[in-house]
Amino acid sequence: MSFRIGNGCGFWGDNLDAPILLARDGRLDVLTLEYLAELTMSILALQKERDPEAGFAGDFLDVLARLAPIWRQQTQLKIVTNAGGMNPSACARRAHDVLKKHGLTKRIAVVSGDDLMPNLDRLLQKGHPFANLDSGEPLATVRSRVVSANAYLGARPIADALSLGADLVITGRVADASLTVGPLMHHFGWAWDDWRLLGAATVAGHLIECGAQATGGLWCNYQEAPDLANVGYPIVDVEADGAFVLAKPPNTGGAVNIETVAEQLLYEVGDPAAYLTPDVVADFASVSLTQTGPDAVRVVTTRGKPATDSYKVSIAFRHGYAASGTLVVFGPEAAAKARVCGDMIAKRLERAGALPRRFLVEALGTGSCVPGVLANLAPHPQPNCPGARGNDPPEIVLRVTAQDERKEIIERFSKEFAPLVTSGPPGVTGYTSGRPSVREVLAYWPALVDMKVVTPQVQLFDN
Amino acid sequence: MDQEQQIPLSDIAHGRSGDKGNHANVAVLAYTDAGYLWLRENLTADVVAQYFAPLGPSKVERFLAPNLLGLNFVLYDVLAGGASRSLRIDTQGKTLALTLLQMPIARPANYEEMTRKAAV
Repeated sequence: MSFRIGNGCGFWGDNLDAPILLARDGRLDVLTLEYLAELTMSILALQKERDPEAGFAGDFLDVLARLAPIWRQQTQLKIVTNAGGMNPSACARRAHDVLKKHGLTKRIAVVSGDDLMPNLDRLLQKGHPFANLDSGEPLATVRSRVVSANAYLGARPIADALSLGADLVITGRVADASLTVGPLMHHFGWAWDDWRLLGAATVAGHLIECGAQATGGLWCNYQEAPDLANVGYPIVDVEADGAFVLAKPPNTGGAVNIETVAEQLLYEVGDPAAYLTPDVVADFASVSLTQTGPDAVRVVTTRGKPATDSYKVSIAFRHGYAASGTLVVFGPEAAAKARVCGDMIAKRLERAGALPRRFLVEALGTGSCVPGVLANLAPHPQPNCPGARGNDPPEIVLRVTAQDERKEIIERFSKEFAPLVTSGPPGVTGYTSGRPSVREVLAYWPALVDMKVVTPQVQLFDN
Repeated sequence: MDQEQQIPLSDIAHGRSGDKGNHANVAVLAYTDAGYLWLRENLTADVVAQYFAPLGPSKVERFLAPNLLGLNFVLYDVLAGGASRSLRIDTQGKTLALTLLQMPIARPANYEEMTRKAAV
């Protein structure tokens, strides 16, 4: 018997109907929901600082409430999610309340132990440097500004939670793919040193972790994916030998083919032959893809290598404040006028002695996504763009962004957009959303830590 | 046939890009075996580094995934600080693949064997 896992959420902010439709029509054994991007944990850490009962992905509770009627019918369904964020216990308490309100009794397990903040200083003293993976700098240089430090736990505590009979597993930070690997290890009883099977399971988890990105979202030939508005979220139908078919529920939009799957297999990957997770070093170069039916691709993985002895750690530290504002600048010569506006803001701040340390003017519409790269390409006429002159579009979005460790400097910056509506060049419009908001910047510090000093914990939620 | 005729890379390949902190990866996937051989020969790490030079990559590494007819490039320190710190509109390198696929290349002699139409 094959085992079916579907992922109904690719990040916090993903479509709220997707998990419901996937659970309803996917014939799933397990529904996974993935909420945590690189910096989500630090935002949740700040929320928990303000409120000890906060610090998890609140969207999950709404999704759970809507899943309740489906779960009542599909009694065998398990749900595995990292919605717990910085506070999986609080998330479990609230999830219990939601289920109770809907008359459901489900066993909830909490996976924790990823939060290293309580032990961070002790670990630093013991000689674990948490050196920055990119720069090599020791964490001591920014220690006083650190707000969160979480190890990416693996699949094992998730499998353990399922062994304890959990219907709903709520975790803190775990490797995204492990949300899928855990249930597969538990169901098939694969050995924890069977690197090929762990690799195959990791390929499955990696392919579905970003939701619709495997089923037509972001696809270069997206025009051929019907009804993306109703895109089906991905399901892996896994056999006991680790081979699986990637598909989506019937009567949904999007597409599953070798192009969509290959694009997603390499998404956010370094060396395809060595994709590191806490569970295994997966080998994506050993994967073969075969279209076996409409919107069905068979995925076979032939190799995997032993896991390393480190957990990756995601650390965030305070890095001042930033704000970003926009105005629309209409032509002729819209791009040049946008630059004039940007210069005006800079000059006014300079005269006020409030020039932010980092300051960027972008004229969106001129290739700002990759500044300077497209400049070398031959200008192409814009047949769909009436009013364009040569390479100059009829209007431009001016975007100005500033960052500084002094909050008052960024607050002052945020007040310099409105005056341009009357004192700048003609054609400035689109100032309708008020002053840009000032946000705290949390910078990312990737590191490794010896697995021996991290203890994953599994606890059944006790009413 | 004009030997100097140029085509965009997107005629023979598709792809996707994403971020890892301040680094980005750009996957380029050929539509056919012939296209893959052309990419492997011509789309070197140096060529990609030069193309993206305005973004200031500190290093570009290339990995091969022949099973996917794919090349995966890792562009180091190319995101002006990455998702958390970059001031740019595209903090996560989401647009890098589409940028690379717009690269003009000299039309290969066996171009017809490389297009999506030629893929089975």
